[in-house]
Amino acid sequence: MLKIENLHAEIDGKKILNGLTLEVAAGEIHAIMGPNGAGKSTLSYVLGGRPGYEVTAGSVEFMGQNLLELEPHERAAAGLFLGFQYPVEIPGVSNVQFLREALNAQRKARGEEPLSGGEFLKLAKAKAGLLKLDMDMLKRHVNVGFSGGEKKRAEMVQMGILDPAFAVLDETDSGLDIDALRIVGEGINTIMRDPAKGVLLITHYQRLLDVVRPDKVSILSQGRIVQTGGPDLALRLEEEGYDAVMADA
Amino acid sequence: MPETDALERPTTRDEAWRYADSAWLAQAPVDWLNHWGTVDVPPGETKHFNAFHSAGPQASGGSVHRTRVHVGAGGRYEHFEINASHIEYSRIELEVTLEEGAHFEFGAVTIGRANARQEFVTRVIHQAPGATSNQVVRAVQGGQSTGNYLGRIEVARDAQKTDAAQNFRAILLDRGASANAKPELEIFADDVKCAHGAAIGQLDQAAAYYMAARGIPPEAARKLLVQAFIADALAAIDDRRIADRMLERALEQLDALTL
Ligand SMILES: Nc1ncnc2c1ncn2[C@@H]1O[C@H](COP(=O)(O)OP(=O)(O)O)[C@@H](O)[C@H]1O
Ligand SMILES: [Mg+2]
Repeated sequence: MLKIENLHAEIDGKKILNGLTLEVAAGEIHAIMGPNGAGKSTLSYVLGGRPGYEVTAGSVEFMGQNLLELEPHERAAAGLFLGFQYPVEIPGVSNVQFLREALNAQRKARGEEPLSGGEFLKLAKAKAGLLKLDMDMLKRHVNVGFSGGEKKRAEMVQMGILDPAFAVLDETDSGLDIDALRIVGEGINTIMRDPAKGVLLITHYQRLLDVVRPDKVSILSQGRIVQTGGPDLALRLEEEGYDAVMADA
Repeated sequence: MPETDALERPTTRDEAWRYADSAWLAQAPVDWLNHWGTVDVPPGETKHFNAFHSAGPQASGGSVHRTRVHVGAGGRYEHFEINASHIEYSRIELEVTLEEGAHFEFGAVTIGRANARQEFVTRVIHQAPGATSNQVVRAVQGGQSTGNYLGRIEVARDAQKTDAAQNFRAILLDRGASANAKPELEIFADDVKCAHGAAIGQLDQAAAYYMAARGIPPEAARKLLVQAFIADALAAIDDRRIADRMLERALEQLDALTL
């Protein structure tokens, strides 16, 4: 579903990704772990086409398309969702307005009819309920005044509404307390556990992986995947730390 | 005419005209430049003023509108104005004197393109105790246009409990666009609240990318962001239908800006 080959990328001339290769098949949840500064967020932004992140070599194939040729909004319409490590605040634009505009833009790009205001609100209510986020929060401006945990839950509501084929979730668990972590983890399972969907789950912590059970776990270090294994790899990382596990490899 | 001779011709050496178009000032009829309209708000009453200047054909020349407003004790004056005209120079100026407990609410927007130079100028005189005022000015400048806000607040010695706020923000859409802010406070009373802020920048790139990442195309994202930005200046309009209509018209002008 997602096939990354020998990806090199830089920011401001600084090399961050150095020949990263990774494949995620449909139906798979693939966790990415790695030390701070390894390039995990950079990988997610490169996949999302963020300006300033320059790909200097390699390829990314997404559901049969050359992902790197698409504009950021086209990637979203093609089914890619990026869960931000630091969700952005947009003063003056309500979540409802933002998400309805986003969903209908995606539908239009796919040749589907737009949702009416009523249909959209019904959908939004259902997804907010799934993440136990008060509907009033969705009437407020995008992420403005939201706590860290509320922002992460709001991101998952967005994901529920947009219903992507593939999600790259960058530390969606950071800033969440235990209860919120469970709600978010179960939300990811409900929305994305599907034979036709895939997830790249970037995280530092086993506790999210206890809820969202990954099929594979890879370690990203210094801009490349240095090791891939099953769920037990995450457990070993938790116990022994990156240095010990990577030294064994 | 001796009367005309007595009138002074402003130049860009005058602080209040420093961002004006000096070539146009030098040849504009001096009586125009010194013409003041007047508005009188009787004590306890409220007056509203809403105006929209749309972009006519690109024209050379200039226009200056100056109004003196007197707001009697406990009265309110609410003035909202959007200037999307792109004649070379346009200046809209208000001098507002507030009596005890009076309020002045001002929301203004410039939308500029080509080489338009657009300015709002306010001088708010808190003359008596307990008066309040609020000015919110937003500038969206494209092409080589310039948006200026010169806002002066004066608080007289016995105007205690004055509460005055002023905020200016500008977004420059193109490389050649510019904006200038000139806030001035002259305060002679001691028990006074005066807040002011000014910021000039580009459209929020992080927000634009966040929107793109959710599937919103760049033009639609810019439109949403600019709409939110302008809406600040119209937030204090009580009649939401009027506010929505003004916002709608502003967005039409922005479309023409080839956002
Ligand atoms: N905007 C930027 N400009 C320059 N360097 C950056 C920028 N963003 C990240 N980096 C650098 O890239 C490296 C990888 O960062 P990042 O992808 O955020 O790592 P991770 O998410 O794995 O912690 C770090 O060394 C970081 O300092
Ligand atoms: Mg990161």
